[in-house]
Amino acid sequence: MTHPGTLVWFARHESRLAWRDWLAMMTAGGRWRTRSVAIVCTIVLVAMHLLALSMVGRFAGLVGPDRTALVVITGCALLAWSLMVSQALESVTRAFYTRADLDLILSSPVAARKIFAVRIATMALTITAMALLLAAPFINVLAIGGGAHWLAAYGAVVALGAIAGTVALVLTVALFRAIGPRRTRLVAQILAAVIGAAFIIGLQVVAIVSADATPTGATLSRYAVLGTDAVLSLAPAADSVLWWPARAILGDLGALAAFLAMSLAVLVVTILMVARNFAGHVIAASALAAAAPQHTGSARAFRQASPKRMLRRKEWTLLKRDPWLVSQTLMQLLYLLPPALLLWRSFGNGGEAATLIVPVLVMAAGQLAGGLAWLAISGEDAPDLVATAPVKASQIVAAKIEAVLGAIVAAFAPFVLALAFISVWHALTATAGVLTAAAAATAIQLWFRAQARRSHFRRRQTSSRVATIAEALSSIAWAATAALAAAGTWLALIPGGFGLLVLAGTRRLSPRLS
Amino acid sequence: MSPALAIRGLVKRFDRPAVDGLDLTVRKAEFYTLLGPNGAGKTTTLRMVAGLLRPDAGTIHIHGIDALADPVAAKRCVAWVSDEPMIYDKLTPLEYLEFVAGLWGIEARAAETRAHELIGWLGLGPQATQRCEGLSKGMRQKVALAGALVHDPSVIILDEPLTGLDAGSARQVKGVLRERVKNGGTVIMTTHILEVAERMADRIGVIAAGRLIAQGTLAELRDQAGRGAASLEDTFLALVAEQAAA
Repeated sequence: MTHPGTLVWFARHESRLAWRDWLAMMTAGGRWRTRSVAIVCTIVLVAMHLLALSMVGRFAGLVGPDRTALVVITGCALLAWSLMVSQALESVTRAFYTRADLDLILSSPVAARKIFAVRIATMALTITAMALLLAAPFINVLAIGGGAHWLAAYGAVVALGAIAGTVALVLTVALFRAIGPRRTRLVAQILAAVIGAAFIIGLQVVAIVSADATPTGATLSRYAVLGTDAVLSLAPAADSVLWWPARAILGDLGALAAFLAMSLAVLVVTILMVARNFAGHVIAASALAAAAPQHTGSARAFRQASPKRMLRRKEWTLLKRDPWLVSQTLMQLLYLLPPALLLWRSFGNGGEAATLIVPVLVMAAGQLAGGLAWLAISGEDAPDLVATAPVKASQIVAAKIEAVLGAIVAAFAPFVLALAFISVWHALTATAGVLTAAAAATAIQLWFRAQARRSHFRRRQTSSRVATIAEALSSIAWAATAALAAAGTWLALIPGGFGLLVLAGTRRLSPRLS
Repeated sequence: MSPALAIRGLVKRFDRPAVDGLDLTVRKAEFYTLLGPNGAGKTTTLRMVAGLLRPDAGTIHIHGIDALADPVAAKRCVAWVSDEPMIYDKLTPLEYLEFVAGLWGIEARAAETRAHELIGWLGLGPQATQRCEGLSKGMRQKVALAGALVHDPSVIILDEPLTGLDAGSARQVKGVLRERVKNGGTVIMTTHILEVAERMADRIGVIAAGRLIAQGTLAELRDQAGRGAASLEDTFLALVAEQAAA
């Protein structure tokens, strides 16, 4: 038994909380679901290994890495690392602004720096554990096919996780000092989302921009661009420290030891430095919560409107006035940047590239509609008021659906209109796809609606795994349908049928029906 | 003349019966307070009356309108205020009232006048154009109450409306409710503050284990409990203990 108040005691407490939090997230709080979750996890694990085999299986025999291999592996590691930094930023921001047990900790007679040091370390550990979980299938496939040296990649992932945690900590504290607690929350969350998306979008943008230099479409693949002469000429010499992560992944134990030692040392030093002032930052953030901002608006005359119109207007006003929610929902539109660029480059000379834009638009519409529908349907902050109003339930639902679809039309109309200048057929298929994907995502949210606070938007996936998976599958199916329809093939009926099957199956599984 | 509220044989079961064959009548222009221990079924009953829960059996009539057969018509004359004020953080109190008035289909100009009156009565003037996210719990409760009154309902149902209010705010709210009753409105309220029931209610209903075990004025309740000139607290505890023993 550890002595209360020591670092080990705090570490035990924190790891218990972290474990229960993770378990609750996976099982959505249902004890009886643990067995089902275990079965689903096993299936997902097998599927992930098969996916990894198809993606990296052919690279298992890679030995004596050349410059191209180092660049590509570093690029992939950078992609994974950017996602880790994004996750870490989220966790650190949450630690600053969530009250939870902070009052208890700060009012207790223990050194706050101790528990904050443990808490920050737990955050880094959680992020690394998640990254290991995602990387494991790829590493295992490579190790089975190419030899045990690939297992060194596990160590590289730990080192990447440590550096991600360090960067997130330094960034958040720097933001706190530079712009204050009020703005840090929003900026850090936007930064987290941008960092998470930036690298993958950046690669796609570079691929599109450099598409002219090669035969049509040859470099539209995200990773192919990393192997181009232009990128290779910018890469540092083979003995550069920058290749340590790639060398470590490839099984160079010397590089692994150096990379791991350096990253862990940097993390420990950062934790010790930051933990000292962490309590002060937390107090500043909680003071902000106590004296919440009071935005004032000017009084204007009441406008006559039907209940349906009132409900639509309310949804749009609430969304417009919540920059955090706007950033969370519109962040999905970041993925529209590559198709927008493709449109811009294709404008005037037409081209088959338009076919590539259609599924991206449809996919983004499905995802955005899912988020907006959750906010409008499940994230109703005054459910009793709306339910006690003398308005038919069907009218309320209709108004909320109209609010979601209205926002989707406003967001996607400019892209579809621009597409129409290149190809009317592509614009038509995109319109049909966007509306179908949005309607399908909205229907799924409607079938799986569960009362929640709007502020829980980021954790909406935990309320129903079925709805989350169905939403993703539906968006993919409608994107594929639209892409094949845009290409003018009847094969579009196959993913279209699959999309309908997904919807029918989801409806059957919905709690409303069962 | 039909009563403001008539409940007959109301039943609602969750894992156990929450409301078990409840009969209750509230007259027009009456201040009726529902008392009961925790888990007695007070909130469940009122949520069924407000149309937030569907009963398993029984009937609910509001001013003669069958609330289960024609919920929209019944809701037109009812307002519901819960103990946890649920309002929109990103709207100002005035915008919230405009939204509520719109839901109840009130003409915009009349709603605006009424909203400004309510804002004044409840002392919300300085906060009228500030977003609700910065308001204290008491202020939020007053905004919710203003929302309930803006469409001029004939029946107001309140579940622990004074929770979290300071003495001044509680007095303002009580004053507004009394005024409603004086002008012909009906107020049905649950509370754990027995002093409020004692001072404000025309009649008090005591509910336990989902049934109405006693009803009447304070004097009538004392008679039923056989407690002479005892306080409402003693009377209430005696009635509940009697029911538990039975």
